[in-house]
Amino acid sequence: MGTEATPLAEEPTTPRPGIRPAKVAGWALLCAIALAPVVARSGYLSSMGCQIATSAIIVVGLGLLMGYAGQISLGHAAFYAIGAYSSAILTTKAGVHPLLALCAGAAASALLALIVGTPALRLHGHYLAMFTLGLGIIVQIAIEQGKRLTNGFDGITGIPALDLGFICLDSDPRMYGATVVALVGCVLAARNLVDSRPGRALRALHESEEAASACGVDVARAKLEVFVLSAVMAAVAGSLYAHTIQFVSPEPFGVQFSVQLVVMMVVGGSTSVGGPVAGAALFTLVKQLLQDAGEKVRWVGYLDTVLFGSVLVLVVVFCPKGLAAVRLPAILGGRTFVGETRGDS
Amino acid sequence: MSLADQLVQYVIAGLSGGLVYGLVALGLTVIYNATGVINFAQGEFVMLGGMSAVALNAAGMPLWLSAVLAVAIVTAVGIGLVRLAIYPVRDRPALSVIIVTIGASLVLQGGAKLLWGPDAVRLRSFSGDTPIRLGAGGIEPQRLWVAGLALLTVVAVHGFFTWTAHGKAMRAVSLNRAAARLCGINADSVVALAFGLSAATAALAGVALTPVEMMRCSQGTHYTLAGFLAAVVGGLGNGFGAVVGGLVLGLLEALSKGLISSGYARAIALGVALLVLWLRPQGLLGRRR
Repeated sequence: MGTEATPLAEEPTTPRPGIRPAKVAGWALLCAIALAPVVARSGYLSSMGCQIATSAIIVVGLGLLMGYAGQISLGHAAFYAIGAYSSAILTTKAGVHPLLALCAGAAASALLALIVGTPALRLHGHYLAMFTLGLGIIVQIAIEQGKRLTNGFDGITGIPALDLGFICLDSDPRMYGATVVALVGCVLAARNLVDSRPGRALRALHESEEAASACGVDVARAKLEVFVLSAVMAAVAGSLYAHTIQFVSPEPFGVQFSVQLVVMMVVGGSTSVGGPVAGAALFTLVKQLLQDAGEKVRWVGYLDTVLFGSVLVLVVVFCPKGLAAVRLPAILGGRTFVGETRGDS
Repeated sequence: MSLADQLVQYVIAGLSGGLVYGLVALGLTVIYNATGVINFAQGEFVMLGGMSAVALNAAGMPLWLSAVLAVAIVTAVGIGLVRLAIYPVRDRPALSVIIVTIGASLVLQGGAKLLWGPDAVRLRSFSGDTPIRLGAGGIEPQRLWVAGLALLTVVAVHGFFTWTAHGKAMRAVSLNRAAARLCGINADSVVALAFGLSAATAALAGVALTPVEMMRCSQGTHYTLAGFLAAVVGGLGNGFGAVVGGLVLGLLEALSKGLISSGYARAIALGVALLVLWLRPQGLLGRRR
């Protein structure tokens, strides 16, 4: 069993032939999600789409963190919460402009990520996962107990719509459009990062930390930058969520959601663009289906955790690059997974 | 009740809670030494132990039998986890193994939710609920059970590692895997043994704890985190340090619960533990590597 900190999945160095149905499906889903509320004019689809796009924004960041820094975070719900609560508190209690509140949330998240990430990422191994798990629990307790600021379990109501000046995002489809734009922005930012100098440093790092370090890459700093970036993405997603639902309460920001985000990321695959979106979409749809079914048959509603856990294990064992890396010929030819190990690449 | 009497109560509660954290941390350490990874499903063993003891007891079994059976079941679950989920990824990077244990924790947690529902349950105390008089206050007898059983287990685990061939084999693997294999030690069965042993200790802690603290299926995560923090505060890989770390964490939690705020107690304990790691990443008892 390996003890060194190496990423779970590695991107092939040369483009590989074959159509990847999951990748195509990811893009198709992205387009479908983007168009569905417009075509159907349905509030249900809009809010589903919002949920998927918001989760996908966070998962893109988590994917960078795992795919390039080889670390997982079990506390991204905390950064998500900080974004949402910054927006909620600053706009309802201090009358701050929503955009300014969004930036404040992002800044607060970045600062916290810096504080938590600095010690955790300098240590060898997987301390970040536990540090962030601790952070997630502490933030959740703070939200539940800091009643003067957060209203505790009652939550904050009456969060105003996001007013951009030229357009006020006061309906679900409009808010949803903005979330998709933000998602596309995050995906492009992630792609650019991967192709830039820091991105190359990160890829070097994921090949071999020692080699990267010998070539002058500041390993701890590169990892820290990705971690902070992913925290900022989560905070932005949180702000967007707060303005969409116009209500925040502690419930959706628990450790459970942090773990679910990891499931989305691993299942979708972390090293491609379609992966996080496909993972978020698949997860959110299944979760919603189970929830709806659970209202009729109670035990079906309790199936979710077992199902997500088994899928997570199965994907890691049989398909370590995530569903986005499964290629059509591979499925037809009976090969169930694509996965070079370090040795043969 | 005077402050001194209250303090005595907090300290006793803290020590017994801390011994439970220490037991979880000890289990984590055993697995870490055998495999080099942190088992994120460790806390679920505590939860499963408590929950299955309650279920068996409710099915009409006597308390002692349901306790013993619960520990046996969870031990089997721990070994099953190795065979089904850990073996297939044992040659992969550590991150894969960690994610598999996260998945396993979801499966165990979800399985408990499916079987027994999401509500908190409680086990009958081992020897009644009449508090034992101590100064102006009293302590629940179950807390003594928790502390006593935990201490016994720690001693037993220590004995296992010192005197038995299996224990020595496990220590050999944690010191030098390749050399241990050259000496004919089967590393795979050492890993299975590590998971079985730590599942058993965690389950015992869960059974003893369920009468004082209610148990629910989502409780496991807390014990995983507390156990991990205890293990690192004591110096990761050091069994004695793990127990000491657990005691520190338990005392911190009980004292902040009594003296500062019951709502924030867990957050304070976790925050202080994280702060310790920030200042001294090698732990209180560990040496800088």
